[in-house]
Amino acid sequence: MRKGLAGQRLVAVFIAGMLLLNYPILSLFDRPLRLFGLPLLHVYLFSVWLGLVVAVAWIVERGAR
Amino acid sequence: MLPGWLIVGVSFSYLLLLFAVAYFGDRRADQGRSIIANPWVYSLSLAVYCTAWTYFGSVGRAASGGTSFLPTYLGPTLGLALAWLVVLKMIRIARSHRITSIADFIASRYGKSHLLGGLVTIIAVVGIVPYIALQLKAISSGYALLIGEHDTLFRAEGPTGWWRDSTLYIALTLAAFTVLFGTRHLDTTERHEGMVAAIAFESVVKLLAFLAVGIYVTYWLYDGFGDLYARAMAAPELANLLAFDGVGRLGYGGWFAHVLLAMLSIIFLPRQFQIAVVENVNEQHLRRATWAFPAYLLAINIFVIPIAIGGLLHFGQGTVDPDTFVLTLPLAHDNAALALFVFVGGLSAATGMVIVEAIALSTMVCNDLVMPMLLRSRRLNLARERDLTGLLLGIRRGAIVGVLLLGYLYFRLAGEAYALVSIGLISFAAVAQFAPAMLGGMYWRGGTREGALAGLLAGFIVWGYTLMLPSFAKSGWLDPGFLEQGLFGLAWLKPEQLFGLAGWDNITHALFWSLVANIGCYVLVSLQRVPTGAEATQGALFVDVFRRADAPPASFWRSGAEVRDLLPLVARFLGQRRTEDAFSAYARSHGFERIEQLKADPELVHFAESLLAGAIGSASARVMVSTVVQEEPLGLGEVMDILDEASQVRAYSHKLEEKSLALEAATAELRAANEQLKELDRLKDDFMSSVTHELRTPLTSIRAFSEMMVDDPDIDVEDRQRFLGIIVSETVRLTRLVNQVLDMAKIESGHAEWHNTDIDMRELVQHSVDATMQLFRDCGAEVHVDMPDSVPLLRADHDRLLQVMLNLLSNAAKFVPRGSGRVDVRLWCDGRNLRVDVRDNGPGIEPALVPVIFQKFRQGGDERSRPQGTGLGLPISRQIVEHFGGRLWLESTPGEGATFSFELPLASAPNER
Repeated sequence: MRKGLAGQRLVAVFIAGMLLLNYPILSLFDRPLRLFGLPLLHVYLFSVWLGLVVAVAWIVERGAR
Repeated sequence: MLPGWLIVGVSFSYLLLLFAVAYFGDRRADQGRSIIANPWVYSLSLAVYCTAWTYFGSVGRAASGGTSFLPTYLGPTLGLALAWLVVLKMIRIARSHRITSIADFIASRYGKSHLLGGLVTIIAVVGIVPYIALQLKAISSGYALLIGEHDTLFRAEGPTGWWRDSTLYIALTLAAFTVLFGTRHLDTTERHEGMVAAIAFESVVKLLAFLAVGIYVTYWLYDGFGDLYARAMAAPELANLLAFDGVGRLGYGGWFAHVLLAMLSIIFLPRQFQIAVVENVNEQHLRRATWAFPAYLLAINIFVIPIAIGGLLHFGQGTVDPDTFVLTLPLAHDNAALALFVFVGGLSAATGMVIVEAIALSTMVCNDLVMPMLLRSRRLNLARERDLTGLLLGIRRGAIVGVLLLGYLYFRLAGEAYALVSIGLISFAAVAQFAPAMLGGMYWRGGTREGALAGLLAGFIVWGYTLMLPSFAKSGWLDPGFLEQGLFGLAWLKPEQLFGLAGWDNITHALFWSLVANIGCYVLVSLQRVPTGAEATQGALFVDVFRRADAPPASFWRSGAEVRDLLPLVARFLGQRRTEDAFSAYARSHGFERIEQLKADPELVHFAESLLAGAIGSASARVMVSTVVQEEPLGLGEVMDILDEASQVRAYSHKLEEKSLALEAATAELRAANEQLKELDRLKDDFMSSVTHELRTPLTSIRAFSEMMVDDPDIDVEDRQRFLGIIVSETVRLTRLVNQVLDMAKIESGHAEWHNTDIDMRELVQHSVDATMQLFRDCGAEVHVDMPDSVPLLRADHDRLLQVMLNLLSNAAKFVPRGSGRVDVRLWCDGRNLRVDVRDNGPGIEPALVPVIFQKFRQGGDERSRPQGTGLGLPISRQIVEHFGGRLWLESTPGEGATFSFELPLASAPNER
């Protein structure tokens, strides 16, 4: 049961990642704005990336217990 | 600038260190204390994905296209989220079928086909060789840069002879290194623990080296991220690198395609398959890798953009190739030690890729290309050879050297003209062609051998036409004219704008058309016919791998093999000692002490075949086993046995089915009984409430009049008399009601007493009419009786039948019109039944009410015109008549009166209890 749930969560993360890292959502962040002195787009891409890694880590390491 | 001997010395020391790590890994593996049985090591070894292309090329791409280098690393991050579903299944399949390469996987899935395995091998070699060339180029150019010979990674080679070309020696060194690593001995699982340990070590080195140069550029040469970005934004030619697609090369469609491409390559690149699936020690390791490897990718990419910006700021655009920034920036600031470290990092990235890729390709070439050919052309010779392990190892080693020399050749011929980045993506697009056949094979049972062949071939051809040929043309091997005008001058055949599809970069364009052709042919050709037995068996084994235990598939053939044939066969490919070890282990697990005691049953043959499959591929293994195992067609007796067994099973299941049908029927009966009980319960409730209601009405009036007389003693005698009359009549009605309820209950429960005598119905009818004459006289109605002279005697209860007659007559009396009423009573006999009709000329009864009036407490007419009565008379009458086997019914036309009739059978014995 737990394993099935983890699998479904991973699929959900995958779909969310595909959405966040592609057109059109990606295009919303392609603006000449700066965050902490860094371009918004770069901050966005790397934060989503980090978020995905953390989400996957949380799911699989939780399921391991 | 650094002296050449130092660089060569450091490089060789590094390679020796790697070899020490690998040796240590192998030693520990032999001792059973594996150092790679660790999820972190597995995750790190997956980072073989990051090659020299990543190491040098990412900065180059960032410098020219901003964020366009990222999809190559975002794709794996997303893809690995699904690894726990997809890669796990691959590992399970590979383990249970001893699959050691992608070619073997596809060949085994589609009925152990040599042809498919060969095609996959060719696609892999053609697709990967340029990629290997790229690694060689990176090392040689890095070396040249460090000794100050070149200022760009892509300087055209001078007209030096090949014997003076350092790249050749690099290729040969790497080949020797790979041979030492990868083919020290033959193993049934094709696992190389030492190599994996070395790869993991290399992954650490390249990450540290890249982070070192990243931190150096970002925080040493400049003042952190903010400073670099601020300077970039100030420079107009750099500002557009910070937007999504400032140079307009990729677009969002291209971005998506590149993400998809990288997602596929993380699984289908031969080296990734080798590391992720074949070298996997424990499938639980995959769990950590799904996030640790993406985290590694994130870490190695953080400093890519800062280095690119730093390089562009320092050198300006167009002077130094951005691919070399990681080396040239430290060199330009006289930090030779760091440059050397970075070079070692690049060396790690390149050697790691080359080693694993060469091993994976050599396994494919040996098992799926060379062995099948040898088996076919020289089978007799092979069969005579005693020991083939040497030959197998020789083929593997030859394949490794051959692959690396091919890479070198490609490097010599084409390597100069084309950028690093494109070569990597061209290889990705080639291996993406494996996706439909592999994923389809894992999740769809319907795929056939022809379908997979057609899909792979179509995808490969389109890939070659849209990517490979243009890259040749751009290198000057081919006339570039066909790029501009299309093949034969046909514009719609332009390789990079096939069918006029323009506006995409060449990778996206090629990926789209090749996958369309691939998937289309795979599906359409597969749907031409149902899978054959072999395909269906393998398909079921692959698709349902999670649902099956490791039991060998049931065989419906009888093997004519002997252990003394099987063992030498396996030993010829695996070596005597290893084979005996494996067979003894098998014997022990089946409860035998010695190998000689084993029986060559289908399970043992399967075991031998899978041992061989690990060494020479599943298709060749099947061929080899079939040389010693005569898969004798079953004799009639055995067929009968199997049939017998099958029919027993069928009979048993038939019995089961019958039982379950019987159970179902019983259930239905029970359910019906339950429904009936519920209905009866409801009826009882209705009856109770009706009875109490009927009892309350007379009681209420009795009580009311009694109270009036108690409260008012001065009431008139006349009124008092009237009240008392009402009370008496209500009491009478109450008594009658109670009697009738009791009567009803008695009859229904079967406890009523019946005093049967021979009855003359004429007398009974006359009696009843006489008894009710006063009633009719009161309402001014006439009664006509019509009876034959004589009727047969009837055996029944006289008083009960009289009760029925009186009931019908008094009913008629209630409904006939005042003054002009007429009631006809007719008695007649049709030979079998005696029938009595009581007809009145009252208002009649609505057809809708006909069934109702026989129910308890239901009376005809509406509330106001409802006549006196209890509403039990007709139901009781019907019960009585039915008790004697007759029936009581009503015919009525509204406005013309009603006829109540009953008939009683003469012959039937009364239903006495």
